[in-house]
Amino acid sequence: MKNAISDALVITKRQLLQLARVPEVLIFSTIQPVMFVLLFRYVFGGSISTDQPGGYVQLLMPGIFVQTVAFTLAATASGLAEDMGKGLIDRFRSLPISRSALVVGRTLGDSLLNILVLAVMGIAGFVVGWRPTSGLPQVMLGFLFLLLFGYALSWTGIFVGLSARDARVVQNVSFIITFPMTFLSNAFAPTTGMPRPLQYVAEWNPVSTMVAACRQLFGLENQFGATAGSFPSEHPLVMSLIYMVVIMAIFVPLSVRKYKNSSK
Amino acid sequence: MKSVVAQHLIKTYRNGEVRALDDLSLDVEEGTVLSVLGPNGAGKTTTVRILATLLAPDSGHATVGGIDVIKSPEKVREIIGLSGQYAAVDETLTGWDNLVMFGRLYHLGKQASINRANELLERFSLTDSARRPIKTYSGGMRRRLDLAASLIVRPKVLFLDEPTTGLDPRGRQEMWGVIEELVKDGVTLLLTTQYLEEADQLADEIAVIDHGKVIARGTSDVLKKQVGGERLEVVVESAHIKTTMEIVAKVSGDKVSLDEALRQISAPVSTGATALIEVLRALDAAGIHPLDVGLKRPSLDDVFMSLTGHVAEEIVAAPVDKKKKGRK
Ligand SMILES: Nc1ncnc2c1ncn2[C@@H]1O[C@H](COP(=O)(O)OP(=O)(O)OP(=O)(O)O)[C@@H](O)[C@H]1O
Ligand SMILES: [Mg+2]
Repeated sequence: MKNAISDALVITKRQLLQLARVPEVLIFSTIQPVMFVLLFRYVFGGSISTDQPGGYVQLLMPGIFVQTVAFTLAATASGLAEDMGKGLIDRFRSLPISRSALVVGRTLGDSLLNILVLAVMGIAGFVVGWRPTSGLPQVMLGFLFLLLFGYALSWTGIFVGLSARDARVVQNVSFIITFPMTFLSNAFAPTTGMPRPLQYVAEWNPVSTMVAACRQLFGLENQFGATAGSFPSEHPLVMSLIYMVVIMAIFVPLSVRKYKNSSK
Repeated sequence: MKSVVAQHLIKTYRNGEVRALDDLSLDVEEGTVLSVLGPNGAGKTTTVRILATLLAPDSGHATVGGIDVIKSPEKVREIIGLSGQYAAVDETLTGWDNLVMFGRLYHLGKQASINRANELLERFSLTDSARRPIKTYSGGMRRRLDLAASLIVRPKVLFLDEPTTGLDPRGRQEMWGVIEELVKDGVTLLLTTQYLEEADQLADEIAVIDHGKVIARGTSDVLKKQVGGERLEVVVESAHIKTTMEIVAKVSGDKVSLDEALRQISAPVSTGATALIEVLRALDAAGIHPLDVGLKRPSLDDVFMSLTGHVAEEIVAAPVDKKKKGRK
């Protein structure tokens, strides 16, 4: 057990070393969400009407945060697929290390990366006018929620990465999962404008519950959801936690098993 | 004692359509080198992956160092080193980073990992490029680093899957040198190759595999004997062919064959160089100057030819479909 943890940490350290050797990766993985902040704040923001005190940006930032951590799925998946392609996974599997070390290490590394990216995003948000009105403890709790959500999704990424045989396929698959998930939600615009059936999907979407949870923790009323009075929109915090547990309960065992049996 | 034993391994892919291993059995005596020789698609990588615990066979049994690879893979992993067909190291990291990381994963401890990394880099003449990302390495350097990574804890049994494929002649020579030194240190080595020359050079024993089966095994000499002994070959002007054939027939006492296009006369001989001198003397006495003359020991190419009916390289281009048809 002690070895399993230290093995995983070696893998995490490897990821940090990679970032140190190619810092561009870090730069680009933060530029993209910052770009989204600017786009939505200044390009679309003007045409989305809201009576939110402090303006659209208050509602937008939680959405962008959730979107950013949701993309962890793609990062984890493609990182792993790349290792598979290069035969590195084979080497790791031939070492006398715990079978979970590589995947656990990878998910931890991606979470560390999320901390950095979220910090940059928080600053960017602040610069463009984002001001959470709850206290610091709630704001921190919000970020903790975001990190946990990213962590849960990176297990889905592990599964996608191990299942696909080619890094390019992985890119597409992760895109197909994360893109509708983040846009078919309350993250950027009210769900009330959607056709009725889609509204249900959007409201039960884990991204929506996460966004709603963050808005609540940041001291906002969740204006972009809560049309149907459904359980997820009434209890976003609880529902988000349930989702994280469910995602992990499904994908942790699936991924570990897939990894054990993976053979290129 | 046998360090590696594989018995009746069968491995199929795509629901049995592709039989990668078809009742393959082999073993390696402790401290010796077995070369698994076969063309593309023969099943070399599949064999290595099963023995290195990466892949479970459909059926069959295998042990490494006396440990069952299917029942106790974790124990097997502690005593083996594997260097796969394609160098498997982290390209973004430096050579040093990689070796230290693998040291940590073998639970060597921080300082011990660093020391071992430095030692191996030195040994494989990589010290100068230790701090450069692997991306900037040449194929030969990459391959050496990959080998170094598989030697971190001085494995008892080492698996090398085509260690010199893709290297230039110099890189290959260097690699051979490195491997020969490892063998001197007493490691048991199973090495796969497509190069007959390489098997000849490095191995104590050779197992020739084709379509997932061992079709012949033995020392390089034994295999060569299977194809017959030495042949004497003479090339002469067309006008002298008839006389020369008579001379060669007398010395050889066996069936003489003629390749008219090459004007080459050949026959099996049992007395080697003596036969060569006899033929040359007789030719000289008859006033015939041969254009070329020599003794030819059968190469492993000939071995392959006589065992399978095709040369090793020819299968390279053969599509998988063809193989399937042959089997059904
Ligand atoms: N994952 C797989 N799915 C389907 N067929 C496979 C798979 N892996 C190997 N094969 C097939 O099994 C056979 C043996 O493959 P293997 O990789 O062991 O050959 P090899 O001797 O290592 O060849 P090479 O010299 O090209 O490396 C080949 O016909 C190959 O196409
Ligand atoms: Mg191979």
